Amino acid sequence: MPVTTIEGHEIHVDAEGFMTEYDEWTEELGKALADAIGVELTDDAWGPIRFLREDFKAEGGHTPTLRRVSTVGGFDTKKLFEMFPKKPAKKMAYIAGLPKPAGCV
Amino acid sequence: MTAAQEAIIPKFDDDDAEGVRKLAIICSKGNLDMAYPGLILGNAAIGEGVEVHLFFTFWGMDMIIPGRMNELKFSPSGNTAMHMPVGDVRIPQALAPMPGMQPMATKMLKKQIADLGVPEVPEFLAHIVASGGHLHACRMSADMNHVTLEDLYEGVEDIINASDFIELTAGAQLLFI
Repeated sequence: MPVTTIEGHEIHVDAEGFMTEYDEWTEELGKALADAIGVELTDDAWGPIRFLREDFKAEGGHTPTLRRVSTVGGFDTKKLFEMFPKKPAKKMAYIAGLPKPAGCV
Repeated sequence: MTAAQEAIIPKFDDDDAEGVRKLAIICSKGNLDMAYPGLILGNAAIGEGVEVHLFFTFWGMDMIIPGRMNELKFSPSGNTAMHMPVGDVRIPQALAPMPGMQPMATKMLKKQIADLGVPEVPEFLAHIVASGGHLHACRMSADMNHVTLEDLYEGVEDIINASDFIELTAGAQLLFI
């Protein structure tokens, strides 16, 4: 499993760069991950990121899909596309230090 | 390992330098099972930053007609891949058209879809529209069904003819379902 360094944080990642160790993540690191992919984390953007973290743990290690973030998390889909442009589900998962969502919908 | 080694960061391939990828999906079927492929792929494409257009034509119009869109049916008739709920036994085609088979098969399929957390057609379309997908209805099909834009699901942007569709999908990838 590769180890990479993002702004001084040494983390375990998969071949693409998504984090593989849940407990290595901190909010400070989340900010660094967002910087790395050019996403500006506004105060509003932390809501879905924290939801992803909690839901992943509660659901036994499944990253929520975009629809789940909207229906269960209660976040507006349009806003998610604005805050995490183009590929919200994958970008949120990356910033939250989780694997890409596996579900189709 | 050297200090100069680059960090591993996912490539989201989302810069517009090479133009926006476009996908058009023609939804021409009104059976419950055939409504889903277009919705699932269209939704996935939107989530990948693709500009998505769903074009509803012929039987696919039932997907965007309120009063019908939530009542799509699934029939085992003519579908030899339909199996019994228990065991791995195919439903004999002679039984498929029997009274009660279609409601039962529809109920089963709806339950299987719901168990996966996949929404029903109206909610799915609403999610696609909220995500930035575009819905269009076919002019000829609208005329055949005697419906106008006001009669269609609110997320449908317009009723367009065949030429409009060809123009709209210039450079797009196409899926006919």
